[in-house]
Amino acid sequence: MTTPTSAPVVRLSALTWVNIFTRCLAIQGSWNYETLLGNGVGFCVEPALRQLPGGVHSAAFKEAITRESAYFNAHPYLACVAVGALARAELSLVPPDRIERFRTALCGPLGSVGDRLIWAGWLPFCSLVALLAFGLRATPIAVLVLFLVLYNAGHLALRIWGLHVGWTRGLGVASALANPVLRQGPTHLARAAAATAGLAIPLTAARLLGHHVTLLGIVLGASALAAVVLVRLHGRVEGYKLALVLVALFALVSVAR
Amino acid sequence: MRKLLPLALLGGVLGLDVVCFPQMMFSRPLVAATLAGAFVGDATMGIIVGVTLELIALATLPFGASRYPEWGSAAAVGGAIAGAMHTAAVGTLTVAVLAALATAWIGGITLVRLRLWNAWLARRRRPALDAGSRGAVIGLQLAGLTADFVRAALLTAVAYGLLFPVAQAALGVWTLSESLSRGFVVSAATGVACAAAWTIFHSARGARWYFAGGLVVGLVLVFIR
Repeated sequence: MTTPTSAPVVRLSALTWVNIFTRCLAIQGSWNYETLLGNGVGFCVEPALRQLPGGVHSAAFKEAITRESAYFNAHPYLACVAVGALARAELSLVPPDRIERFRTALCGPLGSVGDRLIWAGWLPFCSLVALLAFGLRATPIAVLVLFLVLYNAGHLALRIWGLHVGWTRGLGVASALANPVLRQGPTHLARAAAATAGLAIPLTAARLLGHHVTLLGIVLGASALAAVVLVRLHGRVEGYKLALVLVALFALVSVAR
Repeated sequence: MRKLLPLALLGGVLGLDVVCFPQMMFSRPLVAATLAGAFVGDATMGIIVGVTLELIALATLPFGASRYPEWGSAAAVGGAIAGAMHTAAVGTLTVAVLAALATAWIGGITLVRLRLWNAWLARRRRPALDAGSRGAVIGLQLAGLTADFVRAALLTAVAYGLLFPVAQAALGVWTLSESLSRGFVVSAATGVACAAAWTIFHSARGARWYFAGGLVVGLVLVFIR
């Protein structure tokens, strides 16, 4: 086996990058409770592995794709960092045990950083901005375009950055996770989203109720009460299930009266 | 009902976006319900249902392997019911949101079943995977994507097919006023949204003050408009 320093890094064509990026959008296609994202990582890295000496029928390719399709867990967007780094490591003929250790070490950070940045930060923030636009009487198409453009600007930029930083830094990609956006971003996003939530919720409720001031006052009071109950019951009752039961009971009363 | 097949295809695409491809959030209730409402002829009713569901969906973020409702197909069902019923205004929002919530709950269960099926399929293909079969890796991925699309399309078709007549019948005998009906649903949705906002953001230093500041400005804007 060639040492990592002596092996040249293969240049990937633009078409291969487009192929890898498109596959990254489907990285969770076979997500399951046993290998999680594992098969998806193998699926995404596969176009790069074709550049291994001997091509797809070589032993090197078969060993690499087996290795890359094993258990892996990460946030789906930040998994692009792993895809880029693993593609580079495989094409640089890094020893398999080192790749496996690196793969295992990446799982935790890429999962927790992505969850905090995207699922608990960027997604609710974009959602609340769209609700605010609705509350400010934007048209349906404007609300949709605002949400989709804003969210996907961040989403796609993160995936592209992940692939780029993974490929350029290879096994040294861990330092990229110290990027200020990843470290401080969740806190700033949480504050921005909290302010937007405070702003958007009453305006959204007002538009849904047709700006009926008395009704709005009652609704906001009832909402505050419901929120306090839900926060106190945190972990024991899911909000959407409680809403389902309450709305079902209300509908039954209305129909059966 | 003649729109069932195209609506099922729309639900399939939206359901696929939740986890598998491309996760661009077309599946968020805000988008999915509006698209479905527009599809049956009333985007405004669609977005009203979508916004109400979006408030509730803030509480269910798709963290890792957690179990969560499937909002894509569910919002398509809710938006389509509301869009199709727009002439029968009283109780429409309540009934459409109820249909969507029930579908989201069932959809979450179908997602879990799909993940178990994916694991079963991966186990069956284990010898080929261990032998480095490129076809096995790609095949598993395509099988998962196809199964998810079919799951979501079937869920949309069955839910809409079953719930649309029930919704029609319920609205025919609806007795409570529109103000009360809408107020109740909006109260439930905003209550869930406030609790979700607190749960998600309270750990960030100062976030509660940002929330309080936003709330004051929001209330002032509501009452001066």
